[in-house]
Amino acid sequence: MNIEGIISVSYIIATILFILALGGLSNQETARRGNWYGITGMAIALIATVLGVVTRNYEYLLAALVIGGTIGLIAARRVQMTQMPELVAILHSLVGVAAVAVGFANFMDPGRLTHYVGVELTIHDIETYLGILIGAVTFSGSVIAFGKLSGRIGGKPLTLPARHWLNLGLLIASIWFGYQFVVQSAAGGGTQELIIMTVIALLFGIHMVMAIGGADMPVVVSMLNSYSGWAASATGFMLGNDLLIVTGALVGSSGAILSYIMCRAMNRRFLAVIAGGFGTSEGTVVVSGEDQGEVDPILPEETAGLLLDAKEVMIIPGYGMAVAQAQHIVHEITQTLRDKGVNVRFGIHPVAGRMPGHMNVLLAEAKVPYDIVFEMDEVNDDFPNVDVSIIIGANDIVNPSALTDPDGPIGGMPVLECWKGKVSIVLKRSMATGYAGVQNPLFFLENTRMLFGDAKDTLDAVFKEI
Amino acid sequence: MRIGVPREIYAGEKRVATTPDVAAQLIKLGFEVEVESNAGAAASYSDAAYREAGCSIASSADEVWAESDIILKVRGPETEEAARLKSGQTLISFLYPAQNPDLLQQLTGQGVTAMAMDSVPRISRAQKVDALSSMANIAGYRAIVEAAQHFGRFFTGQITAAGKVPPAKVLVIGAGVAGLAAIGAAQSMGAIVRSFDTRPEVKEQIESMGAEFLMLDFEDEDGSGEGGYAKVMSDEFIKAEMALFAEQAKDVDIIITTALIPGKPAPKLITAEMVESMKDGSVIVDLAAEQGGNCELTEPEKVVEHHGVTIIGYTDLPSRLATQSSQLYATNLRHLLTDLTPEKDGRIVVDMEDEVFRGATVCKDGETTWPPPAPKLSAAPPKAKAAPQPPPVVEEKKRSVAGPIIGMVIAGLALLGLGAVAPPSFMAHFTVFVLACFVGYMVIWNVTASLHTPLMSVTNAISSIIIIGALIQISSDNELIRWIAIGTVLITSINIFGGFAVTRRMLEMFRK
Repeated sequence: MNIEGIISVSYIIATILFILALGGLSNQETARRGNWYGITGMAIALIATVLGVVTRNYEYLLAALVIGGTIGLIAARRVQMTQMPELVAILHSLVGVAAVAVGFANFMDPGRLTHYVGVELTIHDIETYLGILIGAVTFSGSVIAFGKLSGRIGGKPLTLPARHWLNLGLLIASIWFGYQFVVQSAAGGGTQELIIMTVIALLFGIHMVMAIGGADMPVVVSMLNSYSGWAASATGFMLGNDLLIVTGALVGSSGAILSYIMCRAMNRRFLAVIAGGFGTSEGTVVVSGEDQGEVDPILPEETAGLLLDAKEVMIIPGYGMAVAQAQHIVHEITQTLRDKGVNVRFGIHPVAGRMPGHMNVLLAEAKVPYDIVFEMDEVNDDFPNVDVSIIIGANDIVNPSALTDPDGPIGGMPVLECWKGKVSIVLKRSMATGYAGVQNPLFFLENTRMLFGDAKDTLDAVFKEI
Repeated sequence: MRIGVPREIYAGEKRVATTPDVAAQLIKLGFEVEVESNAGAAASYSDAAYREAGCSIASSADEVWAESDIILKVRGPETEEAARLKSGQTLISFLYPAQNPDLLQQLTGQGVTAMAMDSVPRISRAQKVDALSSMANIAGYRAIVEAAQHFGRFFTGQITAAGKVPPAKVLVIGAGVAGLAAIGAAQSMGAIVRSFDTRPEVKEQIESMGAEFLMLDFEDEDGSGEGGYAKVMSDEFIKAEMALFAEQAKDVDIIITTALIPGKPAPKLITAEMVESMKDGSVIVDLAAEQGGNCELTEPEKVVEHHGVTIIGYTDLPSRLATQSSQLYATNLRHLLTDLTPEKDGRIVVDMEDEVFRGATVCKDGETTWPPPAPKLSAAPPKAKAAPQPPPVVEEKKRSVAGPIIGMVIAGLALLGLGAVAPPSFMAHFTVFVLACFVGYMVIWNVTASLHTPLMSVTNAISSIIIIGALIQISSDNELIRWIAIGTVLITSINIFGGFAVTRRMLEMFRK
């Protein structure tokens, strides 16, 4: 029996299933099936590899699979939907570690020098080097992202002086060590260079994510997602394994597209996000003390009255809703109002929350039907007909100065134009600015009312009145 | 401080300056509130309701005028009322100082602080105090109700077994607050509504209410004056405008006119001839009747019929919805008082540095402070003087064309260079890689935005296919490699199981 051929066919099937899995996510109905395609593809690839390639140490393999799988399943079950960004970040770091480990193990394999000679060896070494480099950046970057997302590390961007030069220096150093590594490796050495490079890559990952502010987290998470794919791809090149190459490329381009979508949603260039420092006092931050007018507070009772009298209600959630865990009470209010004939809809900004699609997942968890949850572009034209917009813990994504002040820090960013509706009620804990550090003129408009307090508590009070 | 609310004595005036609900809020601000007996009766607010809200009820007007520090009224004081005011008291009501110079002089002479609700500047911040707008809103609504009362047909169109009912056509001239309210009311009753205004900036507002904006085929002359009001237009414009009205008059069933220019008599827009050209049974409601009327035939405070057309000239429309107008007016007053009482201790502080208070205060400490320095703010900013500079846009376009081409050329050369040196096995893998990137690109663009989080977790799970690398190494003879491989399998299996499981969990939650 031709084992090689069977493995190849299995890999092709797995590849197709992975593509179908991603394709399935184009809508909610096919998404569940898509996930099963993914699981099946993974199972086929694993079984084929285990049966075809592994020759011994089955007991260790099984033990590792069972232990790892159990940890994974428990984590998946326990995680709160509000913590999804953290979970995704930490899972990315695992891919990074794996890429580094596989790269090192491969490098240590003495068979390497007999397998490859000349140009092939050089290319193989470069592949190994790149795989470890990307893996290490993914790993340390993801760990920092995890720390930031879970609040273990402050969300404020860390801006070292001359940080761009520092990054450039690290890049040049990795290239130089890469060259040294290729030279040394042919002579049988190179371990030292590889380790130094790994350390540099780890530092680079840390520095890169530390410099990025909280509001840019969706870009970072999707970027790390992309990196984890490229790491897998580079490993695939190193091992000459097409399944890894294809899967890595799929994941890599997926993450890259997500990053692009997120950047476009903030009207920022990808490089500018990566260069970091957003949310610091660069550019034209509103001078404090400037007369912004005064805000008009509102009480929960009056809010409830406005909601009951409204025909069209738009709810605009932001990260604050996740922090306050208010999605369930939002659902209750939505449910009650819809039963009373009020058309309640949700308007989701692409970068609301800390990762792409974060708000959708939270609302889905709270059992909000997905057909009343809309994207920004779908609802932005409807605001003139909206009687009441409720903005829950969002700030920059409803900031009119994005349109009126093109030179401002968030100038040109598409925003939800809730101020075109009749009344906007902003739920906020205080008058603090959003992550972009920009004052929001929305709060001072005459058709905006402010409902101060913890979103969950105030919404509880509103719900009681309804 | 004590707030006194006397009964309105002007004939036919049904409104009252505070309601029980609002009084309760005023008491929370630290004030005492005294209401004259039966002050709210005509607006359906009983003495008992006031008492329940915590007000004291004064049996006579004298008591209220004598004992209060602040007097809240709707209409300006009548002569005998004004005589009761004394130094140190504050009066807040409609005053129309321009039309009533004698009253203003008298109040100044008596050392009264008087705040005119009609003189509140029209700035965004003061909208909550803008009683003119609240009253205009009610007048606009009521105008439609009055029109419906005198109109012999439905507003809405219907097909019934007894035949077809055509919808009424309503023309609203002047789309200020009253005009927009009239549009809204007529629209919700099912009528076909058209509207005209000299200020182009209101086109959007008219259309947002569901009415059709009648465009005047005229090179654009902007009718926006100071403070969001209209101004007098040129002769040619008026001629074109009149032609439009004449044409519309033949077609529509109901005309609501709300055209006012501050400090001027109302412009005559509907001539007797136009009225005669209207269908029998048509109705005109003239909201400008008090300032002389927009229709030539309007008689203030009366309903007249001319040539089969009913012309309504009521000037007391807000008072005809006394419960509602009292409530809104009282709320406007409360907003003003809230701002006047920064410490919430029941003491008012009239800060003349504040634009709103400065505008509203017509006399204070024996001095006439009217008219105030004019605020210069219109609802819409004046049109930009020059077109924004196009150069940056052009530049960007150029770059966006050249950029990708240069990038493609460089990428192509790099690929050629790679192909020249790399062995065939590498190029085979590389082909697969490039194709996979394109497949990924095509597939991912179809993913719906709401599933981006599941997308990330599932891509995360499948990127753990890197486990294959570890599987290849796990059978190695080298102890260290083996252990690294085992560790990698462990880590990646966390990812595989965790990633798929959490994706499944999320997808389960999405429901219709």
